[in-house]
Amino acid sequence: MDSTTPPPTAAPASDPLLILRGIVKQFPGCLANDHVDLTVGRHEIHALLGENGAGKSTLVKIIYGVMKPDAGTITWDGKIVTIANPAQARALGIGMVFQHFSLFEALTVAENIALGLNNPEDRVGLYDRIVDISTRYGLPLDPKRAVHDLSVGERQRIEIVRCLLQNPKLLIMDEPTSVLTPQEVQKLFGTLRRLAAEGCSILYISHKLEEIRALCERATIMRLGKVTAHCIPSEKTARELAELMISAKLKTQNFGARAVSSHAPRLVLDRLTIRSNQPFGTDLKDISFAVAPGEILGIAGIAGNGQTELMEALSGEIPAGSPKNILLDGIEIGHEGPMARRKRGCCALPEERNGHGAVGGMTLSENGFLSANMRGALQRLGLINRKRTRAFAAGVIERFDVRTTGPEAEARSLSGGNLQKFLIGREVVQQPSVLILSQPTWGVDAGAAAAIYEALVALAKGGTAIVIISQDLDEILMLCDRIAVIAAGRISPPVKVMDATIEQIGLLMGGSRHQEPEHVPA
Amino acid sequence: MFRLEPRGERSTFWTYGSPVLAVLLTILTMGAIFAVMGAPPVTAIETFLISPITSVAGLSALAVRAAPLIIIGVGLAFCYRANVWNIGGDGQFTLGAIAGGGLALLFPNEAFWWFYPVVLVTGILGGMAWAAIVAALKLRFNANEILTSLMLVYIAQLVLVWLVTGPWRDPHGFGFPQSAMFSAGATTPMIFSGTTIHLGCLLAPLLAIVLWQVMARSVLGFQLRVVGQAPRAARYAGFSNARLTWIALLVSGGLSGLAGIIEVTGPVGQLTTSITPGYGFTAVIVAFLGRLHPVGVIFAGLLLALSYLGGDAAQINLNLPNAITGIFQGVLLFYLLGADILILYRLKRVNPAAPVTENS
Repeated sequence: MDSTTPPPTAAPASDPLLILRGIVKQFPGCLANDHVDLTVGRHEIHALLGENGAGKSTLVKIIYGVMKPDAGTITWDGKIVTIANPAQARALGIGMVFQHFSLFEALTVAENIALGLNNPEDRVGLYDRIVDISTRYGLPLDPKRAVHDLSVGERQRIEIVRCLLQNPKLLIMDEPTSVLTPQEVQKLFGTLRRLAAEGCSILYISHKLEEIRALCERATIMRLGKVTAHCIPSEKTARELAELMISAKLKTQNFGARAVSSHAPRLVLDRLTIRSNQPFGTDLKDISFAVAPGEILGIAGIAGNGQTELMEALSGEIPAGSPKNILLDGIEIGHEGPMARRKRGCCALPEERNGHGAVGGMTLSENGFLSANMRGALQRLGLINRKRTRAFAAGVIERFDVRTTGPEAEARSLSGGNLQKFLIGREVVQQPSVLILSQPTWGVDAGAAAAIYEALVALAKGGTAIVIISQDLDEILMLCDRIAVIAAGRISPPVKVMDATIEQIGLLMGGSRHQEPEHVPA
Repeated sequence: MFRLEPRGERSTFWTYGSPVLAVLLTILTMGAIFAVMGAPPVTAIETFLISPITSVAGLSALAVRAAPLIIIGVGLAFCYRANVWNIGGDGQFTLGAIAGGGLALLFPNEAFWWFYPVVLVTGILGGMAWAAIVAALKLRFNANEILTSLMLVYIAQLVLVWLVTGPWRDPHGFGFPQSAMFSAGATTPMIFSGTTIHLGCLLAPLLAIVLWQVMARSVLGFQLRVVGQAPRAARYAGFSNARLTWIALLVSGGLSGLAGIIEVTGPVGQLTTSITPGYGFTAVIVAFLGRLHPVGVIFAGLLLALSYLGGDAAQINLNLPNAITGIFQGVLLFYLLGADILILYRLKRVNPAAPVTENS
C-alpha cells in the first residue's frame, strides 16, 4: 500500500505544519536554545540531528509543552499558538514518544494505554482500537499481556500506539532506536514511513547518521543550542552529516588491524555464575570467555541484560562464587575485591561516572587517588602522599588533554566528555594488564570519543587485554577485535568482528525469547 | 516576591556563611522571645551571651562546659562524614562514665600514676561497646542507626539509675541516688590551679586537631569521605563499607565514652542519676554548626557551651526559666537547617509585575 502512495515531494515550503521562529531557552549557566528555527512540513519525516547536549531535547520539550520558551513563536497549522502543557499539545494533535518510557510494569498493555488517555469516553472500545491500530501500522501488540513480560521494542510500541490513538498530526520520536535491535529498527522504520504517507508528520530525533539518511526527507542539524544547517540527508554522506554535527573535522579512524598475539590469555572467565544483588537485576549464568594480550573484546547487548552485573563481577564489586571463576594471567582472582584486583593489574571503569567511577564533590586529585592509590603508589604509611597524588592527576590531565582548571578542580565542574577522558586516562596511565570498561563514550562528544579510542588502541598495542561492554554497536564494530553478545545474563561465544554480520548480532541481542510473528508487510 | 533558584553547585561562601547567619537570626529571635517573656531584650541577650564570659571564672566555666561538647562533637562529625548517623552520643557518654567509673569504684584506693589512664581507657571502651551494638545491628540486620542509637540512650540512662540507686549506691550517702566520690587516683587532673580547667579542656582541642588531620590527610579519612559522599564509588574503589561503618561508630562511641568518663571523674566527681544535661544531643548541633569539620566543632562547641552558662545566668539574674538554653539550641538548629538551603539555592527577586505564573 505504502509503496503505491505518491511520495509527498516538495510540499513543506508551501504550507508547513509547524514553524518555530527564534526559540530561546536559557537554563542557569547554559543557553540550551539560541534563536532556533525549525520547519516541519506535512507528510514529512524530519530529522533533528545533533550530539548529546546540542539542545534537541529542550526544543522538543518546548514543542510538546513540557517547557516554555523564553522567546520565540510557534506556528501550528497556520496559527500562532502558546503550548502551556502536554495536554494542550495533545489536543492540538502533537504526540510524543519519549526515550524513557512511562509504563506500569504490573499492568497490561490496554490498562497502560487507558491510563494515558485524556478523557474517560476514549476508553470505549479501546481493545478493538488497539488491535486495529497495531495491525494497521505493523505494531504487533497483545492488549492483554502484562508489560513486565514485554521486550523493550514491544514497550516502545505501546507508547507509539498510545500516541496514534489520538490521531496526531505530528509524532515526535526522541532517540527511538537507542534501545532496539537492528531488526526492530527496520520494523519501526516501516511503521514511520507508513504513518508519514498517511499524513502524520514525524519529527525524528537522533544522533545516528545512517538511520537519518535512510529514513528522513529533511534534516535540521543543531550544535551547542544553535541550528547549524538544514539539509537533505540522502544527499549527504554520513561523514558530511557528522561534520555538520560536530565542529571539527573527524580524524580518520582506522583501528582494528592489530596483530593479536596467540599468547596465553590474560583474562579468563570460567563458568561465572552470579546472583544479582539488585532487586530487579539480572543473574549471570555460566559466563565463559578469554581475552588475549593486545586484544579488545566487545560485549554488545541491550541495556539490562546483565551488563551491570558483569561489570561489577569483573571489577570485584561482587565477588565470584569461586576463585577459579576468574583468572588473571593464570592466577585465580574470583574471590578478590576491587583493591586486590587492581593491585594485580586488573582495572575497571563503570559506565556511570558520577557517584560510581568518580565522586563529583571531590577534586580530580582525590578522584585520581580513588583508583590509582595502589598502582600509582600515592600513599605511604596510611597517609595520602599529596605531592604524588597531585602530580598523578596533573599527568593525566596533560596527557589526555582534559579541559579543566587543574588537579584541584572538582570533578563535577567538568563536562561529561572531559571527566570521562580524565577517568579513562586515570586507568590507562596505571598500565593495567587487563582493563574493563563499560560504555566508554556514553554521553561524550565525538572529539573526546576519538581521543579515548586512540588511547585504548595504544594501550592494547602495549599488550593489555581490554574488555568493552557497550550498547553502541558502531563503537564495538569499529574498535574491537572480537564481539560477544550478552542477553538475559548469558553470553554468546565471541566471534571475530570481521566475520560478524549486523543481522547475526541483532538476533543474538534480541535473545531467544524474542520470537514473535512477523506482521509487517515488506 | 522572592524565588529559590538552584545554583547548580555548592556555594563555598554559604557553606561557611550559613552558620553565621543562623547565629545572627537566633540572637534576634531570642531577643523577641525575651521581650515576650517580659525581659528587656538587649539586657537579656547581654546577660545570656556576654556576661557569662566577662570573668576568668566565667571563661574557665565555658571551657569546662565546652570540653565534653567538643570531644563528642568531633567524634560525631567524623561519623557523619561517613553517612553514619549516630545520635546516641548521650548513651555512649553514659556508658563511658559507667565503665570507667565502675573501675574507679572497684579500686577506691589505687594511687599509681597509671591508674587514671586505665580508667580513661575503660571509659573509651565502654562508649565503644555501646556504639558497637549500633554497628552490629546496622550491619547484621540493616537496622537504622538513628533509631537504635537513640533507643540505646534511654537504656543507658536506666542502667545508670539502677546502678546508683542499687548496687553502686554510696553506703554513706544518706540514701541519695549516687555513688561514692572517686578517689584522688581516679580524678581528672587540673591544668591551671585556681581555675576549674581540667585535662579534658586541653584534650578537646587536641583531639579536634588530630581528627582534622586524619580526615584531611589519611587514607582512612579519605575512605570515610568517599563512602559518605558516594557509596557506590567507595564500593568501586574497594573500600569496605562494613569496616568503615565499624570505624565510624567505634571512634564516635569511644570519644563520647571518653567525654563521659572525664566528666564524671572531673566536674561531677561521682556517678549520679544526672551526669549529663544532654551533652550527646547538643553535640549533634555542635557537629552540624561546625560544618562537620573538627576545627569548626571547636567554635561551635564554645558557642553551645555558652548557651548552658547563659541559661544559668538568665535564671539567676533575670528570673527566666532555665529552659531558655534548650530554646536557644533548638532555634539555632532550626535556623541552621533553614539557612543551609542557601548553599544549593540562591534567592532571586521576581518582579511581581511580570506575568510569571499565568496558569498551572
